[in-house]
Amino acid sequence: MKVDLIFKIAAVGMITAILHIVLEKSGREEYAYLITLVGVIIVLGAVITLVSQLFTDVRVLFRLY
Amino acid sequence: MEIFQIAGIGIIATILIIILKQTRPEFTVLVSIVTGVIIFSYLLPKLAYVIDTIRNLSSRVNVDISYFNTLIKIIGIAYLVEFASQICRDADQDSIAMKIELAGKVIIMVLAIPVLLTLLDLIVKILP
Repeated sequence: MKVDLIFKIAAVGMITAILHIVLEKSGREEYAYLITLVGVIIVLGAVITLVSQLFTDVRVLFRLY
Repeated sequence: MEIFQIAGIGIIATILIIILKQTRPEFTVLVSIVTGVIIFSYLLPKLAYVIDTIRNLSSRVNVDISYFNTLIKIIGIAYLVEFASQICRDADQDSIAMKIELAGKVIIMVLAIPVLLTLLDLIVKILP
């Protein structure tokens, strides 16, 4: 099903980590934290849509309305 | 068999989480949430099938359907509470997990009270 989403999120995580380290070593701490923030927000957007999809499915399945 | 896929996804996700844990711990919670959602969405059609069969059986035995609906609602709430509190526990936030479980218990109790009342009425009627 949406298995590649796990790999996408892990990839974004690793890229952010590498960028963070690169920026930190080159002396720009503030950009490093910005990059991490941007990475987390992108992944959070995808996760929130997925979780809201799950909640609607559970609501329909268990007649929770 | 889906069980192999589910087990495989779980193991792969755990390995990815270990890799991500040293450098960027924020992503570990996100990956575990996504894995949980994907594994559960494998189960949705099967759960729907089980619930429909039980519903057909109970309608044939002319049992009052409303109790069955309450039962299904309680199961749904229990699952959601478990899902959310486990995620909070993974992120070492046991107090938040406890709060979610408390809220779930209260909501389930509120749902269960009408069934209790009808049961008590039944018992009172049976007693001489």
